[in-house]
Amino acid sequence: MLFTDSLFIFGLILLFFVYFLIPQKYRWMLLLAASIAFYAYSGWTNLLYIGATAVTTFFVTKRIEKMAAAAKDAVSAHKSEWSRDEKKTFKEAEKKKRRRWLILLLVFNFGMLAVIKYGAFTMNNLNGIIGWFGERGTLPVPNFLLPMGISFYLFQTMGYAIDVYREKYPCEKNFARLALFVSFFPQLIQGPISRYDDLAKGLYAGNGFDAERVQLGVQRILWGYFKKVALADRILPAVTLLISDPEQYQGMYALLGMLYYTLQLYADFTGGIDITIGIGQVLGIPVTENFQRPFFSKNITEYWRRWHITLGTWFKDYLFYPVSVAQPMLKLSKWSREKLGKNIGKYLPVYVSTIAVWFVTGLWHGAAWNFIVWGLLNAVIILISERCTPLYNKFHKKCAWSNSRPYDGFMAIRTTLMMGCLRMFDCYRDVPLTFKMFGTMFTKWNVQIFADGSLMKLKLTGADYGVLIAGTLILFTASMLGRKGSVRKRVWERSRVLSCCLTVVLLLTVLIFGAYGIGYDSSQFIYNQF
Amino acid sequence: MDEIRETIIGILQDLHEDVDFENETRLIDGKILDSFDIVTLISELSNEFDVTIPADKIVPENFNSADALANMIAELEDE
Repeated sequence: MLFTDSLFIFGLILLFFVYFLIPQKYRWMLLLAASIAFYAYSGWTNLLYIGATAVTTFFVTKRIEKMAAAAKDAVSAHKSEWSRDEKKTFKEAEKKKRRRWLILLLVFNFGMLAVIKYGAFTMNNLNGIIGWFGERGTLPVPNFLLPMGISFYLFQTMGYAIDVYREKYPCEKNFARLALFVSFFPQLIQGPISRYDDLAKGLYAGNGFDAERVQLGVQRILWGYFKKVALADRILPAVTLLISDPEQYQGMYALLGMLYYTLQLYADFTGGIDITIGIGQVLGIPVTENFQRPFFSKNITEYWRRWHITLGTWFKDYLFYPVSVAQPMLKLSKWSREKLGKNIGKYLPVYVSTIAVWFVTGLWHGAAWNFIVWGLLNAVIILISERCTPLYNKFHKKCAWSNSRPYDGFMAIRTTLMMGCLRMFDCYRDVPLTFKMFGTMFTKWNVQIFADGSLMKLKLTGADYGVLIAGTLILFTASMLGRKGSVRKRVWERSRVLSCCLTVVLLLTVLIFGAYGIGYDSSQFIYNQF
Repeated sequence: MDEIRETIIGILQDLHEDVDFENETRLIDGKILDSFDIVTLISELSNEFDVTIPADKIVPENFNSADALANMIAELEDE
């Protein structure tokens, strides 16, 4: 089901009314029922996958917590009898047992994801390798339908399990409540990947009606719909056309495709997240922000701190740090210090972990070489930029003009273009074609297309361009104004009437400028496919 | 403890020579140390003090100041 489906919108309005009418203690149950209904609508079999994740996580986390409590009791009971070394050995042995349960849970769940999402990719590659040796690849290629949002709810749930293992917070003892955390419907389409300690309190609180919160939440939802239906869906036909025929659309067309896709992806993903956070706000459930004006970033490292924030922090906390501080990595560091010098030994773990994390980040986005190469290129740019930091610092110290607003603007544009070029891997069918199309931007100077009316033949009319340009300017202005805090909140604090007017204007904008019309069929969110 | 603290400040100074690590108490919250710095720091601390710093110890409370880092190392040495 899409956020833009009339059934979803009708269901959401109904949910808002019922949610505030029923007693507080039943509200989280209503959310669970809504989440199950929402998920079941995408296919009953999908419930099996999410159900398996919820059930296994529930039992294993309870088990881990029970084992940790028993170990603590045993240490207390033998406090005076055991020596320090005995206590240490006992604690380590107990932790190892708990770790085994966690690994079992992770292997089961990520194994499920691996088979469903990467089974076909792995088999196709194995068949290719067999083909190199002159044999015909005959390994069976599985064909599973990817359950909706599996990459999001699975990461969120496994993060919770790891936190319980790390004793960051106690596990959830009520299965139905945990099931709501796993399946909270606004997050199922494309995240964000929330943390239990951030989300759970709001989920189960059943907060009542609050005029300010509801008003601001509704505005956030409408803002999200504006981005999705007025901008992302409007530019989609042009993007599809430009990438569908790489022979015809080269050079400046490839540049246009890259720019259009950058706008589409931004409007699509941030719009979807706005809708999710807005729904949460109406219901009194704070959902973690996933973006912080990413295209204002001065470099790629900063961009990744501000784009899809919850995925970045997930990888940092549950993959980057554990891999970096793991014993084999420390041994590698020690070995390289001795053999290759202090400097290399010092930085080697961080470089190896960065490459590993970006390889996995690429894979997370999809089972294709395009995404793997995209991830590795991100790693390469981040590492080069890291190595060059002393050079940049010297440059900024020497050249005062480089610490000015215009130069910041230049760096932001540079980062946006660089990320846009990297995102071309999303668009074209394979890696060589993507590189070829990137190359044509520099070798084929068909600049006349900007003046000879070719732009009007890209399934976009003059009116479409008008809406897209105005919409982009509105996004930019909103981002600039948002630097000093929430614009919606400031309007609300200034005048309730003005705030109501803003809601009406947003609603009318969505209704008038949405890309509707004959043959209109809103597209699924791009990140839902990852 | 003071010795541990001094060694830690020396390692931190190698990472960012322009930061006042003696008095700074918001190394993580103030975004002075990023994830690269943290991993490099852990690698240096493990090497220097011969301790294992598990991933669950990587929380702002343990990395926000030289004192917090020294306390964590002392605790790990005690364990």
